[in-house]
Amino acid sequence: MSYEITVTVNGNTHTGAVEPRLLLVDYLRDTLGLTGTHLGCETSRCGACTVLLNGASVKSCTVFAVQADGADITTVEGLATDGQMHAVQQAFWDEHGLQCGFCTPGMMISTVQLLDRNPKPSDDEIREAFAGNLCRCTGYHNIVNAVKAAASAGRSQ
Amino acid sequence: MTTTFGESVRRVEDPRLITGQAKYVDDITLPGLLHMAIVRSPHAHARIRNINVSSASRHPGVVAVFTAADIADQLGSLPVGWVFEGTKLPDHPPLAIDTVRYVGDAVSVVVAEDKHTADDAARLVEVDYEPLPVVVNAEEARKEGAPLLHDEAPNNVAFEWEVGGGDWEKAAREADVVVKQKIINQRLISNAIEPRGVVADYTPSTDQITMWTSTQIPHLVRLLFSLATGHPESRIRVIAPEVGGGFGSKLFMYAEEVIAPIVAKQLGRPVKWIEGRRENYLATAHGRDHISYAEIAGNRDGTILGLKCTVNANLGAYLSTFAPLIPTTLYGYVLGGVYKYPNVSCKVYGVFTNTTPVDAYRGAGRPEATYLVERMVDRFAQEIGRDPVAVRRKNMIPPFKQGHTVATGVTYDSGNYRGVLNRALEMFDYRGFRREQREARREGRYLGVGFSTYIEICGLAPSALAGSLGAGAGLWESGTVRVHPTGTVTVYTGTSPVGQGHETSFTQLTAAELGIPMEDVKVLWGDTAAQQFGTGTFGSRAIAVGGTALYMSLQKVKEKAAKIAAHQMGVTPRQVQFINGVFIVEDIPEKSMSFAAIAGEAYNAKNLPPGMEPGLEAVSFYDPENFTWPFGCHIAMVEIDADTGNVELKRYIAVDDVGNLLNPMIVEGMVHGGVTQGIAQALWEEAVYTDDGQLLTGSMLDYAVPTADLLPSFETDHQETPSPVNPMGVKGAGETGTIAASPAVVNACVDALKHLGVTHIDMPVTSQKVWRILQDKGKARPRRKGR
Repeated sequence: MSYEITVTVNGNTHTGAVEPRLLLVDYLRDTLGLTGTHLGCETSRCGACTVLLNGASVKSCTVFAVQADGADITTVEGLATDGQMHAVQQAFWDEHGLQCGFCTPGMMISTVQLLDRNPKPSDDEIREAFAGNLCRCTGYHNIVNAVKAAASAGRSQ
Repeated sequence: MTTTFGESVRRVEDPRLITGQAKYVDDITLPGLLHMAIVRSPHAHARIRNINVSSASRHPGVVAVFTAADIADQLGSLPVGWVFEGTKLPDHPPLAIDTVRYVGDAVSVVVAEDKHTADDAARLVEVDYEPLPVVVNAEEARKEGAPLLHDEAPNNVAFEWEVGGGDWEKAAREADVVVKQKIINQRLISNAIEPRGVVADYTPSTDQITMWTSTQIPHLVRLLFSLATGHPESRIRVIAPEVGGGFGSKLFMYAEEVIAPIVAKQLGRPVKWIEGRRENYLATAHGRDHISYAEIAGNRDGTILGLKCTVNANLGAYLSTFAPLIPTTLYGYVLGGVYKYPNVSCKVYGVFTNTTPVDAYRGAGRPEATYLVERMVDRFAQEIGRDPVAVRRKNMIPPFKQGHTVATGVTYDSGNYRGVLNRALEMFDYRGFRREQREARREGRYLGVGFSTYIEICGLAPSALAGSLGAGAGLWESGTVRVHPTGTVTVYTGTSPVGQGHETSFTQLTAAELGIPMEDVKVLWGDTAAQQFGTGTFGSRAIAVGGTALYMSLQKVKEKAAKIAAHQMGVTPRQVQFINGVFIVEDIPEKSMSFAAIAGEAYNAKNLPPGMEPGLEAVSFYDPENFTWPFGCHIAMVEIDADTGNVELKRYIAVDDVGNLLNPMIVEGMVHGGVTQGIAQALWEEAVYTDDGQLLTGSMLDYAVPTADLLPSFETDHQETPSPVNPMGVKGAGETGTIAASPAVVNACVDALKHLGVTHIDMPVTSQKVWRILQDKGKARPRRKGR
């Protein structure tokens, strides 16, 4: 059995039939070919699969594609505009906020949401906001610095 | 952009990583791709009576189901890459043949048109098991009558290994004090955020296997695959694409790296296998897991005379690729620490148990040894009532620039141990802290400080020495510089990164040496069809060994270019200087040729010196003469909540000396990540098995990978004592933090509670453990209130 869904991802609208059990992360990666969103744990713990769904960050490994019917989704591929890096991407690069890069798309999406809600977060607020995103490489030190740099760039959108 | 050695340039890898364009193994797809799922044993030890695959085979979308009965002869046995005299080598079949020996052991393979169908059908494979007795603890496994895993290994002992020097017995007899302590270094799980994965393709007409795998060692995977299966090495191409972290766990030849290509060959279609996280916990090698008995001998004036330890190293159910290396060479040779004590005695038992195989995890042997040494130094200081810093300082080897041989017989390259200690103390304000600690205690707040003045063995490795210790392959590294006719450069390295930023480091080194912009350099790695042989990334060796091979090739390229320049400008090579990418004739600055112009001349070959071959390219294979020996001093400060036992890490200071720094920003990043893993071992992480061999901590929901909110920002600094081992004076920075942090944090926890008579707490120092200690000591507030 399959259901037809229509989803707008990074400004492009896609319509197609999906199995009801298909996860949003698999839909993004395997159906749409947007492999920038990563699958790390399948249990909502690691946050590598974080995307924005109607402006709110979700773990796409525990959302079904059918639940995203009609939604507007932003993935890492949609952060840059006109070939210009998003301030958050720029900050992660400038501050060495990544090493292996696998958790990074999720980290940056969570940063975008944090700065939308709190444009000037304290260190503690930043660390609190990342409790749902695991990084095994950086010890979070430079991720915190990257978020602060993005915040002071004042352009979280 | 031009650059220099020592500059913190931004990473060249990052643009593709932060835009979602990087390709990890799961991002690779091929026409006709099939998906593979593995059926794994739910029993820790059992005889396989029967496997019924008929329901799975009939499931719609399933292409094939295999068991050992179908393909065991083609899979061979997984080879071990480090074997010394007396090492027992039981077969390690990629698919279990008649016995499973740990939960997660592979028993069957289901291949289907899509991954969900493969997972569904894997649940339909019916395996009839006859459970056998189980042992999970290395000490128990050695006892008479313990369940036996392999007939070849009586008492489950895979090997016995010893190292030492001086006369421990005499030292112990003559010492004022001998302190004994049982020390447990708990099992850890690496948790790279990218699980493992393999895509395998086979072309029958050329008998060619191509395998993309998330690995630290593409060339060794090719070699070991060939050894396991007999497939010619010349017809195997292994590619490590972007790799999402390894921390040692991707440094081994895994069953799936044999199974997937063989299945692709059987079916004539490409096959993908991506490890689920639950699988990752069961099927990817674990780390640490030592039960040790340590003794330290010394005098009341603070002089340490010697150290003894007996170690039960849990190796899991089979010998993983480098398992025999980790608790032996990489463990025993740092037992001297940064200290002068002349007597060391160490005996290690490598032990099979019904658990996931244990092999390298970041630090690999050195954290286990350093934890034991640094914990015992503190135990000794506490026993004789002396300050742990004073005891360390008293016993430290004085500064040296060129070789110092210690009790275990190894020769450290260069060191200034007091230097890093002094710098760290300065950053911390030790005296101020002790005042604050006394005052806090009066208020019922328990503050503690812990030190770790560590040394590590890096830059693996001098091949002849490594070979004599057990290495099955040379541990040199290669680097090729290929200058193109237009003057841009491609660098080929035999190391293969997993996120550390090698591409940047090698680009930076090349651009700095040739005086060309970084944009003109492209570094290629991780493809056995493109690069000459290399051994990969592990043991903090990439810059010290791989970087040196590259450095040697860069010198060769410059020498040849200078000869061409001299010839073309009509002078001798001695008269030519190479400055900022331009060859200039001494004293005649108007006579010059750019590096790009020389590259063009090398290729058009119209006017080369007589007898010179055309082209501009160099290959180097660098085999180091010694290991490198980074060191440092880390300080942890904790506050323990007297009500809950919670340990809060308040400050963490890391002063490391990893030799000269090529890119300080990247080194800092390595320190942050390593320190975090070491702190996590001290406070949170622990792989827990039940007595019947079930992994209780088998998911990210159950195993405590640290989150940002548990950690402070770190305070770091560096001292640079050049290594005399290699021309760049570098040592290696990948593992310092993991090695240093665990003892620093545990020492801090014990320091916070030592006024209650606490002398040791086993890792991880959880709230529960501390709360119980406080209850036992009658110092927890709830009980006090209840009186």
